[in-house]
Amino acid sequence: MQVQVKLFAFFREGRFIKEDKELPTDTTAGQVIDDLNIDREEVGVLMLNSRHCKFDTVLQEGDIYAIFPVIGGG
Amino acid sequence: MADKIFRVNMTDLSTSIEDVPADWAGHGGRGLTSTIVAAEVPPTSHPLGPNNKLIFAPGLLSGTAAANSGRISAGAKSPLTGTIKESNSGGTSAQKLAKMGCKALIIEGQPQDDSWYSLSLTPDGVTISKEEELIGKGNFAVVESVEKRFSDKIGILSIGQGGEMLMSAANISVKDPDSHVRSLGRGGLGAVMGSKKIKFIALDAGDAKVEISDMDAFKAANKTFTKALVDHPVSQALGTYGTNVLVNIINEAGGLPTKNFTAGQFEGHEQISGETMHDLIVERGGKPKHGCHKGCVIQCSQIYNDLKGNYKTSGIEYESIWAMGADCTVDNLDQIAEMDHILDDIGIDTIETAVAFGVAMEGGVLDFGDSNEMIRIMKEEIAKGTALGRVIGNGAGSVGRTYGVTRVPVVKNQAIPAYDPRAIKGIGITYATSTQGADHTMGYTIATEILGVGGSADPLSKEGMVELSRGLQIATAAIDSTGMCLFIAFAALDDETCLPALVDMLNARFGINLTADDVTNLGMSILKTEHAFNIAAGFTNLDDRLPEFFETEPVPPHNAVWDFSGEEIDTFWNF
Ligand code: SF4
Repeated sequence: MQVQVKLFAFFREGRFIKEDKELPTDTTAGQVIDDLNIDREEVGVLMLNSRHCKFDTVLQEGDIYAIFPVIGGG
Repeated sequence: MADKIFRVNMTDLSTSIEDVPADWAGHGGRGLTSTIVAAEVPPTSHPLGPNNKLIFAPGLLSGTAAANSGRISAGAKSPLTGTIKESNSGGTSAQKLAKMGCKALIIEGQPQDDSWYSLSLTPDGVTISKEEELIGKGNFAVVESVEKRFSDKIGILSIGQGGEMLMSAANISVKDPDSHVRSLGRGGLGAVMGSKKIKFIALDAGDAKVEISDMDAFKAANKTFTKALVDHPVSQALGTYGTNVLVNIINEAGGLPTKNFTAGQFEGHEQISGETMHDLIVERGGKPKHGCHKGCVIQCSQIYNDLKGNYKTSGIEYESIWAMGADCTVDNLDQIAEMDHILDDIGIDTIETAVAFGVAMEGGVLDFGDSNEMIRIMKEEIAKGTALGRVIGNGAGSVGRTYGVTRVPVVKNQAIPAYDPRAIKGIGITYATSTQGADHTMGYTIATEILGVGGSADPLSKEGMVELSRGLQIATAAIDSTGMCLFIAFAALDDETCLPALVDMLNARFGINLTADDVTNLGMSILKTEHAFNIAAGFTNLDDRLPEFFETEPVPPHNAVWDFSGEEIDTFWNF
């Protein structure tokens, strides 16, 4: 299945901003992070189709998946 | 030497130094400005008349070595909202006031004639002088010239043309350590200073220092506090990308108000994002990391250079970039930086003014995205005080009324900032119930709703949002009294050593025995004081509402509407 993966802030360094990925069915949000060699500890927010999700959320065909480190502002 | 109240009466041009009344002693920053406004300003007075007062107060820990403690508060009755108002800012003024032993500066009365004045403060008191040369000048010229007259070591509070012309969006500029400016931004306090006919205030503390009751305990607590701040990952991200790191995440969440609040995502988000800004700053030899005052260990500010590598602006915040960017559909950071610089110079609030531009675009005054015309209007109309310039300089509500626009994003006539309350509901409760009109900083629920700091809450659900906003508004009122930058809150929410260390510092500074509960009670009592002032000024629970269009117009991508009932909102005040 195809999923669009988007990275933000320093997660982009040495990786990418946005990429369409071909993933096996039943891939979880956490597995994508592991495959990208991103430390789960550094992850702040995950969003699937503009809604927050968790490491164990299962991705679906056509999903847009955004991965953010811990960030803040105001 | 005990701290004193410095009082200036602009009606008879007299000054005095007074002892601090006992019930003001435990207050600083916002707690003190609001306490003084509530005690001395008649709630029904005209904000620009002789009975309003302008108060400046450093935080309780300002002027000490405590990390991030250099915030100054200004308070008055607001000409924009008609409510009580406190606005706070970095820069060097809080430290100067605290060091000279000035617990608060109260400016009252109004000159009888058309003369302009300046104030100069030293540990010995206040001098009032006539001012002619700098009238009509922008803030940057004022800072340059005042530094030449005194020295570049002094602190400066000043107004630009916006404040002189009594515009409701006018702010007060606060000189930063590099002789650039930060702003006491919201609520038109620059107009109050202009109504007192004061162009600038020079602050010279000489080599005076703040006294610390128990230096060893203070140092130990500050060490723990600083470590909590420095270690928190949010602090690290703030130092790299500034607050503008929020553009992409708020856009992703569908809560980035776009094109005068008609959509929740902006096509040009990447071009104006913190990531893009960081790369541009590095490429052009600017500084991604910069503190708005000495002692800041987070350093969310930055130095932004233009294409040629020359200084353009500093301390540009997410909310300003959002307002001039997504809300007006401008996707060019250089144009936004140029506008930020112009608005700082004229001395009007970037959020209020840019949201006013968004409403003007909807009203057909100019096209969405036309940043060249925005710049022209700022320079040729607002700075010169033409009719159009004054309509925009009086804020989003003023533009809406003038051009018959119904989609006007304001609460209590103050522009709603960078988070759409339909898609991020907790912040809507803060906008509705804040004692100061729409203001995200009053109870920053975004931390929990979007950023996952201090727990998590579904931004599209109403559940628990009133409690979330209430808890944060109480905590914020207390933090705003310490002189601490609000960005300590991320560490405070997550790291259990942070707040106790802050309380320990307060105790060591003053030789007192506060507990964490006392600090929470302080926050509650400040909110209640402010709320009581507003009620006496004629506000009711029906003013704690969002504009109607949020209930009737779904905002994409979530197609969410604002669905809190009035009764639900009113439970906010049950404490
Ligand atoms: S974190 Fe930012 S706003 Fe806070 S004190 Fe530092 S530079 Fe100023």
